[in-house]
Amino acid sequence: MKRFALATALVLLATVPWWVRGTFYVNIASQILLYAVFALGVNVLAGYAGLVSLGHAGLFGIAAYTGAKILAGGAGHLAVDVAALATTVVAAGVFAVLALRGTGLGFVMITVALGQIVWGVAYRWISLTNGDNGISITGRPSPFGLSLASPRSFYWATLVVFLAAVLSMATFVASPFGASVRGTRDQPRRMNALGYHVWMIRFLAFLFSGFWSGVAGLLYLYYNQFVSPQAVALTASAEALLMVIAGGTGTLLGPVVGAALVVAVKNVASAYIERWNFVLGAIFVMIMVFMPEGLVPGLGRLARRLRVGASSQAPAAVTATREEVPP
Amino acid sequence: MSLWLLLAVNSITLGGLLFLLSAGFSLIFGLMRIPNLTHGSFFMLGAYLATSLIARGVDFWTAAVLSGLGVALFGGIVERLVLRRLPGAELAQVLVTLGLSFMVADVCLMVWTGDPIRIATPPVLRGATSALGLSFPTYRLAISLIAVVFAVALWALLDRTRLGAMIRAGVDDPAMARVCGIRVSQLFTIVFCLGAWLAGFAGVIGGPILSVYPGLDGEMLPLALVVVILGGSGSLLGSFMGSFIVGFLYNFGQAMFPELAYVVLFLPMLVVLVVRPQGLFGRAAV
Repeated sequence: MKRFALATALVLLATVPWWVRGTFYVNIASQILLYAVFALGVNVLAGYAGLVSLGHAGLFGIAAYTGAKILAGGAGHLAVDVAALATTVVAAGVFAVLALRGTGLGFVMITVALGQIVWGVAYRWISLTNGDNGISITGRPSPFGLSLASPRSFYWATLVVFLAAVLSMATFVASPFGASVRGTRDQPRRMNALGYHVWMIRFLAFLFSGFWSGVAGLLYLYYNQFVSPQAVALTASAEALLMVIAGGTGTLLGPVVGAALVVAVKNVASAYIERWNFVLGAIFVMIMVFMPEGLVPGLGRLARRLRVGASSQAPAAVTATREEVPP
Repeated sequence: MSLWLLLAVNSITLGGLLFLLSAGFSLIFGLMRIPNLTHGSFFMLGAYLATSLIARGVDFWTAAVLSGLGVALFGGIVERLVLRRLPGAELAQVLVTLGLSFMVADVCLMVWTGDPIRIATPPVLRGATSALGLSFPTYRLAISLIAVVFAVALWALLDRTRLGAMIRAGVDDPAMARVCGIRVSQLFTIVFCLGAWLAGFAGVIGGPILSVYPGLDGEMLPLALVVVILGGSGSLLGSFMGSFIVGFLYNFGQAMFPELAYVVLFLPMLVVLVVRPQGLFGRAAV
């Protein structure tokens, strides 16, 4: 059953350029996949490690800007990608060393500050980043001689990267390392007492998260062939976090669903109304207030309840509330 | 007047404005344990409300107080209707304030359009005042004076009144304060409204210098964040000193390293976080 669903999903994803009409929708599909990669990266920290970062657009942007700068210098695409990702991982290491001075809200505030520094450099250091005008690049790469210039071929390339990201996430979640990351989220003290190096586990999770954010940043650069401070702004970090939270933190599918929702609403809403930011904020508030667990776990719970039947679910809920009543 | 002196005066003025903004931010952070990410929006909303009031012929100072009250009302609604629904979920509260800040920014853009609006300096305070053989812009001096007056008033409120003692108890140990019969949840509303009022008021009196434009919220919020991290949350002295440090760093940074102004601003904050995470004037977490 599960294997069948997986195969169907793969076939559907691979054939998107044939069954959706028009390049506009193929491009939206590419956007969804590239933001899904970003959201998957953010989810490593926000979901599995319990560390909410509002500075990941900084890492996303560092990859895009480094890529654009080196490309402008005339280097080949492979060298550019390797260099950009290496820079991003190093930057993620620096971010991690500083941000892991705090947990909880301290972590959030430090990541906000780090993200703002990157934004400040992108916006104000005009000789390096060209300021508000951004940097354009000419042409997408052609891996193995296949040109990615058309929307279709770029979609398939993004799909390959996206599948690699999902695969690496699934491996990560199932691995002992993934289990230890979740352990540091739920019981940091016990993990420490059991002999785990909590700081190092969080540090490595940060690098892993930064790596995929960097990959998404490069995809963004190739997709738009342009990068500007807008990609690094606090709004961008918040959007990525919204994708994760809307879909469901700490689930594999959640960030993907969240990315699809946000990108779709953003493009659909902006076609009909001008007030996209208002809609984004409203969705954010509604989800936090009414469905704090996110769409995927929320709908999963609903599906389970429908399958099992409401009758068997109700007594369990009653016992759970009874236990909480103080004697 | 020499460039350096002018920069120093500007720094002190910005420091005064930042103090009004961050005193509330710091109190909310100390009491409710959340960085209120709508605080920049309060500042901007206050300024925008005042432009509408002044356009209808209301006097500058009345407009400042009334806009502050409008923002305080909005803050109270946010605290009662939204934050109250998420008790104990601090992260959810922070994210909700972020979502609200997007909504406020967009509504302001819709109502007051994207063009910057300048608030006229009140007539009495136009021109320059000379002292010690130098002349200073009167309005900037007035802002510094207002900040000092508010600092003393807030100190008296927190240190000398019953309400202040209750707030301090809530900051120190909310659970124990509740046991003693203090309605901490009511304090949340009071402090949130007070912080919102101060931010809205600061937005209005900052108007003649900064003017009001979309994105002002996003510019002020990181500054308030830096002030509180530098000074230490929940500490009035911390926000006072932090505000002036940030005022100087920002103005001198922009004058001396215009391309790296943000780095000059955020780097000291990172150093403080690494060396002294509780802030310069904050107490270590128990």
